[in-house]
Amino acid sequence: MDWYPLFNSLRIAAISTAAVFFLGIAAAQWIARLPRGVKGVLDVILTLPLVLPPTVVGWLLLMLLGPKRPLGAWVQEAFGVRLVMTWQSAIFATVVVAFPLMYRTARGAFESFDQNLADAGRTLGRSNAWVFWRVQMPCCKQGVLAGTVLAFARALGEYGATSMLAGYTPGRTATISTTVYQLWRTGDDPGALRWVLVNLAISAVFLLAISLLEHRRERR
Amino acid sequence: MSLSVDIRKKLGKFQLQVQFEAGDERLALLGASGCGKSLTLRCVAGIIRPDAGKIVLDGVTLFDSAAGVDLPPQRRRVGYLFQQYALFPNMTVRQNIAAAVRDRAAQEETVSTLLRRFRLEELAVLKPGQLSGGQQQRTALARILASQPQVLLLDEPFSALDSYLKSQLELELMETLDQFPGTVLWVSHDRGEVFRSCQRVCVIDGGQSQPVQDLSQLFHAPGTEAAARLSGCKNFAAALPRGEEVYLPAWDLTLHCGRPVPPDAVRAGVRARFVRPAGGPGENVFPCAVVRVVEDVFSTIVILRPEGAAPDAPPLRMELDKMAWRALPDRERLTVQISPRDILLFRN
Repeated sequence: MDWYPLFNSLRIAAISTAAVFFLGIAAAQWIARLPRGVKGVLDVILTLPLVLPPTVVGWLLLMLLGPKRPLGAWVQEAFGVRLVMTWQSAIFATVVVAFPLMYRTARGAFESFDQNLADAGRTLGRSNAWVFWRVQMPCCKQGVLAGTVLAFARALGEYGATSMLAGYTPGRTATISTTVYQLWRTGDDPGALRWVLVNLAISAVFLLAISLLEHRRERR
Repeated sequence: MSLSVDIRKKLGKFQLQVQFEAGDERLALLGASGCGKSLTLRCVAGIIRPDAGKIVLDGVTLFDSAAGVDLPPQRRRVGYLFQQYALFPNMTVRQNIAAAVRDRAAQEETVSTLLRRFRLEELAVLKPGQLSGGQQQRTALARILASQPQVLLLDEPFSALDSYLKSQLELELMETLDQFPGTVLWVSHDRGEVFRSCQRVCVIDGGQSQPVQDLSQLFHAPGTEAAARLSGCKNFAAALPRGEEVYLPAWDLTLHCGRPVPPDAVRAGVRARFVRPAGGPGENVFPCAVVRVVEDVFSTIVILRPEGAAPDAPPLRMELDKMAWRALPDRERLTVQISPRDILLFRN
């Protein structure tokens, strides 16, 4: 059995989770402090990828990053790098799709954070960055961690936008989800079953992790 | 050392306008809940930015809307004791105190000294969630002093505690404050707390501050009805000035005040303690019906209705010692007396 799809899926999910971790936290921290009206509008825009069909996200990304589209053409011209149909292309898709999960969970945690603690830190002479990393983040640890796990799971399971941006090339862009589809399409059901079982195992581990996190949060 | 505050801030329909000066003293900001006293503290600390005005601490301008000065909280050197203490829940007592030490070189020593002074040495490794209310307050005070503030801002320091703990901690807090050389602003809604702890008081009513006054003045000549209410006065009625007397239409009473009544006085007040059973006929003596008797811990509160009171008139509250109440021969109908000097008069 060629394990490349597992390796590729994990690598894409890990990189996009790392990106989404910082992007989601930055957006959550920024938006939690905005006035109500602006907050509502931005919230809709940033949450949209969660409810859109992945094919719509994929199509929109292709319109932006495709080799004949402005951004894609410019990057190709300037750096000689193709933005679609490589294994890295899938990262764009998974980042966009997983972002809302991280952002919303982190924002929920930040909004329930006692602002007095931040104000106390500042009156005691500590910088805003110190207060954020040393007080706010540890206090919101459970929520941020839950968001990270959800984002990772979503990135690992992404199919629609990934297949449109990275396609399916065995040994190059194949992920677990695109491999299952390809094997089923070519009538290789035993092969598909193997990957289905791998995917089930990974998903079970993640759901277990999430429920453990939530259990710990309830206990506090 | 001094603190001078003169700020305005609009929050929705609420309008805050506060002005006071404090020296090296304990100044109380006394007001009902929602009057803007905590908001004032937040403006002084730099957590909330006022719309306009000026805040000066020991000659350093912390905020000046005209000059565009607005120092961040980190540079204001204020020690803010939050209502629930705002201890960092993820850190131990020792880490909480250490977080506030500005001079890193002296951190170890400063923390050890404060732990000893506030009897926290054995609790140093515990998290705030494992401490009692009193221990949390000691930790919060140690943490504030570790940051070497020039002014202390106390926001209802006992609101998180029950009354038994409160009286003990009040003494402890007083000891700490006695050793503090600068200004202390003490926000409270509790007149007893203010009387025991502070030297002067600034009454804030509906977002408006009133001139700073001595505590004895707050009690004997509160100046405004809001101040009188906050100082514990319970009886108020509309008043019409008549030379040295006032006429109270609601109770159909004319009371002698022993002094010329200002022609613009529109309200009169009298404390429940100063409504006394009359010994015999005399000045300001009038009959009342007893409407209701409420037994308090050490006193009896008698709700009275002056004969001749209008149907919608407010009742008159009398408070007296339990023994004095039981000694009265007739407890259905009572003749009471109000001494002229006990009548408070308010302009609008």
